[in-house]
Amino acid sequence: MGIQRKVFVTRKVPQAGVELLEEAGCNVEFWDSDEAIPKEELIRGISGAHALFCMLTDTIDGEVLDAAGPNLQVVATMSVGYEHIDLEACRERDIRVCNTPNVSTDSVAELTVALLLLTARRLLEGVHAVKDGQWGKWKPMWLCGMELAQKTVGILGLGRIGFGVARRLKPFGVKTILYHDVCRVGYADDFGASFVEFDKLLIESDVICICCNLTPQTKHKFNKSAFKKMKRHAILVNSGRGGVIQHDDLLEALISGEIAAAGLDVTEPEPLPADHPLVCQPNCIVLPHMGSNTWDSRNSMSETTAKNILAVLDNQNAVGLVQ
Amino acid sequence: MRPRCVISLVSSAYTHTRKINSYFKSSVLIFTTRNMSSATKLPKVFVTRKVPEDGIKYLRNKAEVTQWNSDDAIPRGELKERVRGVDGLFCLLTDKIDAEILDCAGPSLKAVSTMSVGYDHVDVGECNKRGIPVGFTPNVLTSATAELTVTLLLTVSRRIKEGIEAVKDGSWGTWKPLWLCGQGLDGATVGVIGLGRIGFAVAQRLKPFGVAKILYADAEEKEYANQLPAEYANLDQLLEESDFVLGCCALTEENVGLMNSSAFKKMKKTAIFINTSRGGLANQDDLYQALKSGEILGAGLDVTTPEPLPTDHPLLSLDNCVILPHIASATLKSRNAMSELCARNIIEALNGNSMPAEVK
Repeated sequence: MGIQRKVFVTRKVPQAGVELLEEAGCNVEFWDSDEAIPKEELIRGISGAHALFCMLTDTIDGEVLDAAGPNLQVVATMSVGYEHIDLEACRERDIRVCNTPNVSTDSVAELTVALLLLTARRLLEGVHAVKDGQWGKWKPMWLCGMELAQKTVGILGLGRIGFGVARRLKPFGVKTILYHDVCRVGYADDFGASFVEFDKLLIESDVICICCNLTPQTKHKFNKSAFKKMKRHAILVNSGRGGVIQHDDLLEALISGEIAAAGLDVTEPEPLPADHPLVCQPNCIVLPHMGSNTWDSRNSMSETTAKNILAVLDNQNAVGLVQ
Repeated sequence: MRPRCVISLVSSAYTHTRKINSYFKSSVLIFTTRNMSSATKLPKVFVTRKVPEDGIKYLRNKAEVTQWNSDDAIPRGELKERVRGVDGLFCLLTDKIDAEILDCAGPSLKAVSTMSVGYDHVDVGECNKRGIPVGFTPNVLTSATAELTVTLLLTVSRRIKEGIEAVKDGSWGTWKPLWLCGQGLDGATVGVIGLGRIGFAVAQRLKPFGVAKILYADAEEKEYANQLPAEYANLDQLLEESDFVLGCCALTEENVGLMNSSAFKKMKKTAIFINTSRGGLANQDDLYQALKSGEILGAGLDVTTPEPLPTDHPLLSLDNCVILPHIASATLKSRNAMSELCARNIIEALNGNSMPAEVK
């Protein structure tokens, strides 16, 4: 008879994952709120836990890991990104780290394409024009946007999500898909995407989608010098991480017309204050990090996090093992 | 034989003057329209609005063009005056072309074309009775319209309008697992009402989003449906089984108000209705009730009754309804192509040829 394993969950999460843990006999304790857990509560709640089920809003550092005590075997985040977890500190304490790759790929790729389309076709202006009475009788040259047909799309980061974006864009008649990544990928051939250097991506693309994660190499990669190289009619879409874009430089580029428009699902910081200049900028659409906002996705993420935890505790292979 | 030069004068507050140089670039001769010699002259074409350049460029040298040179729709009284004695009429969907207008034009009128794919504003029967072919602009706007239809669908299904509003009004907090969740397309059944050019193009674009099944309702089965593949269904089956119901059909007398309370009742409570066809397809009062009561999950409309929709219309008060100001074909590429095709329709007909795109 083993000890009952304690899992501490740092938020109210979809039931799917919780049920799996309870069925496996875990003692599941919660920060039972929709809001992010304050640090002192996290330190209190994690005490004695065998596993931590956390969110991307939780900073998991040495202090938190020490507060857990010697039982802690795994930190499992309900997200693909894991830059909020101190990997080194976990390694030192022989604690596994897991994430939820794949299960949210479809919904993030879908949202990225949605954001690209609604930025290119000026949807937000359309919605406002209806609400505030600017919509008059049909006019042939009013509110015209950019059509994707015959355009060049550039993707920074042709991973699961970047690939999903490229696949969805094909039937819109896109002429060329370029990508830049740390290395060439074989599956790019599936839709004829060409690997290019970063500068060429900037210079040749009509639309650029940021689909990479945040690393020291990608941090602020889109800065003043990058915007200068882009086409004046180009649109930039970011559903990777906010930190890939230098936000002040972006604002300047949008105001001066260096690029035409931007659609951001991720920002630095999150949330962005309602009076932030980018939120007020007419040619910038800001979404509140909705990439994986589908019921299916969130249920799967919850389930995968639970399965990762059970796999590590049972000495099996976890699907989302980071280290 | 063409005259050396033509200047057309339109006498009104909205004067628009054109000078067309002859092939020989000889000195300019000025005629008023009334004093035109009866020697071979260019046909008169009246354009009911300021339109994209490609159409006007096409008409140049081929017609004597008069124009309501404004961004705003021509008032009916003005239209009745300006069509008098014209040979060709280049109109927009905001212009009702009925027997009265045709009577005002008189027997000279030999060609009418609308700069739109919808032609419910033109009495085609009446035109044809008088031997007047009616042109329209299919195909050249299909891609832009299908693209906007998909954009609108995604905006509703992923609750993007609510997301944008939350950012603007400060209710966006830190990331939450259960906040603002929407419906993904992955595994969904899409029902297309009207698998014409646009319906087909929409379905093609939706496929790689992981759509599991495409159903369509139409007057008859379409062979090209196999290319998707899409399954022919009666309307009831389509309404009952679809997660997304798309209005992509032309508006006819038979389908006005097709999407009414009985239709919404048949739909799933998690289903979304998208209309980019004509506002008249939907009974808007019934739609409002269905959205408010949760009979269906959400709706997106690019077309309404009337257009524009008054800003205090109840549909605008709903979080789960997104309304756009009829911008489905709003790209410069599309609009220029529509303008040129419309002009081409008219000139070909006036030359005794078939129109590249005639309403049959």
